[in-house]
Amino acid sequence: MSSSNFVLASYSLCRRELVRFFRQRSRIIGVIGSPLVFWFLIGSGLGSSFRHPNAPPEMNYLEYFFPGTIVLIILFTAIFSTISIIEDRKEGFLQSVIAAPVSRMSIALGKILGGTILSLVQAIILLLLTPFIGISLSLVSILFLFVILFVISFGLIGLGFLIAWRMDSTQGFHAIMNLFLIPLWLLSGALFPSSGAAGWLGKLMMFNPLTYGVAAIRQGLYLNGNISTQELPSLPVCMIIIVVFAVATLWASGSAVKHYSKT
Amino acid sequence: MVNIDSLSYSYPATRKQKHERIALKNLSLKVTQGEMFCLLGPNGSGKSTLFRILSTSLKPTNGVVRIFGKHLIEQVVEIRRSIGVVFQHPSLDKKLTARENLLHQGHLYNLRGEQLQQRIKEMLSQVGMLERSNDLVEHLSGGMQRRVELAKSLLHHPPLLLLDEPSTGLDPGARRDFDNYLLELRRSEGVTILLTTHILDEADLCDHIAILDQGNLVALGTPHDLKQEIGGDIITMTSNEPHPFSEAIQQRFGGNPRVIDNTVRFECTQGHEFIPQLVEAFPGRIDTITLSKPTLEDVFIKKTGHKFWENGT
Repeated sequence: MSSSNFVLASYSLCRRELVRFFRQRSRIIGVIGSPLVFWFLIGSGLGSSFRHPNAPPEMNYLEYFFPGTIVLIILFTAIFSTISIIEDRKEGFLQSVIAAPVSRMSIALGKILGGTILSLVQAIILLLLTPFIGISLSLVSILFLFVILFVISFGLIGLGFLIAWRMDSTQGFHAIMNLFLIPLWLLSGALFPSSGAAGWLGKLMMFNPLTYGVAAIRQGLYLNGNISTQELPSLPVCMIIIVVFAVATLWASGSAVKHYSKT
Repeated sequence: MVNIDSLSYSYPATRKQKHERIALKNLSLKVTQGEMFCLLGPNGSGKSTLFRILSTSLKPTNGVVRIFGKHLIEQVVEIRRSIGVVFQHPSLDKKLTARENLLHQGHLYNLRGEQLQQRIKEMLSQVGMLERSNDLVEHLSGGMQRRVELAKSLLHHPPLLLLDEPSTGLDPGARRDFDNYLLELRRSEGVTILLTTHILDEADLCDHIAILDQGNLVALGTPHDLKQEIGGDIITMTSNEPHPFSEAIQQRFGGNPRVIDNTVRFECTQGHEFIPQLVEAFPGRIDTITLSKPTLEDVFIKKTGHKFWENGT
């Protein structure tokens, strides 16, 4: 297997994801619109009754909830883009990809990269809102957030791939989504900090890789140190965990494709 | 070119199906270069399992398959490079245009740039789809989609083309159309074709036919030779009491009349001379009587003892 073929196959699968996405207007509206609505409604609704214990008085809930909203956008894209694996299999597209002389890893990589780029674009659109909630981002912050968002997206889409690959119905995927992916997000510090959660819940949050993703974004937003992020895990720890998570899901996805072809 | 030696396949036992299911039993056959070879059989005969093995998506349980002398398991990447595959279920992305689908396929086979564009144009024009190449696949008719599928599978110049029931879901007109394009491509591309079908007319177009029934290879030969084995003519009769009538024919004329699906079938060399004798010998016992040349269905009946479409298949 030549390396040029690996890159070309991944590129082509990735490009297909993007083309398909932009051809389905409802998907664009749904993926960008729903987290914004979530953010605005939950953030505004809880705004007066919730206060982050360590945050300065000027930080309202809309601001606290902002990193969580970015992750939610990524999660939604992960769900929508990986659910298409089930459709690809049902509609038959996947069978010709499997029969092609391409490395199984390039199949996983192409699909995951496509979703990653989509979610990254959407997360960046959301970042444009930061001035409106009183966060001013330096260039370093922006570049740093870019890297973090890429890694988180990659990991979450890899996870979606891994789940979707084993599913034979989109209904099944929805069940897993509600049972597993949404709680993963709920327990990531997106809605409430682990410091305020019950003991067992705090432990659960500690083992959730997404906790470190949300923490990394939160710290990336306040690199200039305006707001204390002391209670969060340190940035290097966050980075290591989300990178390991991303690599692990890619590896597992590649193996899943390999095993599929052998049955 | 394709060498199948003592191939067996069993689907492993699952939670729903307690015992393993044998799909192919000790099957051996050869496909030679340049021919159009047909695997013919009703549903459940094992032909789709064989197709999935040849298209590298299933591993054989036992036996050896070589394609162009290459081992199916050990040299799977080389084999994948040299086969084109048309699956029973369409493999086109309906949200992409015909051209985009082919572009994507080309990339998977390491084709790119101007060379790929040229080849896409050439293939779409060969299947008569050049003018619709920028239409989304979902806007094309079933027959057109199949033709794009055919163009897609031949994009990388594979010397062997595998097709799994390619005309499924097409009306007879579109099917004839598809078969014509297939024959034309076989000529222009010089490709060896192996297809599975349950449509007897389609099998008749092929150079060699392997008839499968319940995982066994029951007949192998050219359509002409297979039909020739039967003898001259087939006489089919309906009667109130087919079984006693069949026995009566045998007592009177010998031969080997058989009752299949409540009709009495009789093979003989000079059917037109024999019919008057039959009618005179059994006045009033024959409701209808038909004389026909042997078809592949007759070959199938002779080899398996049952009709091609039985048990609702």
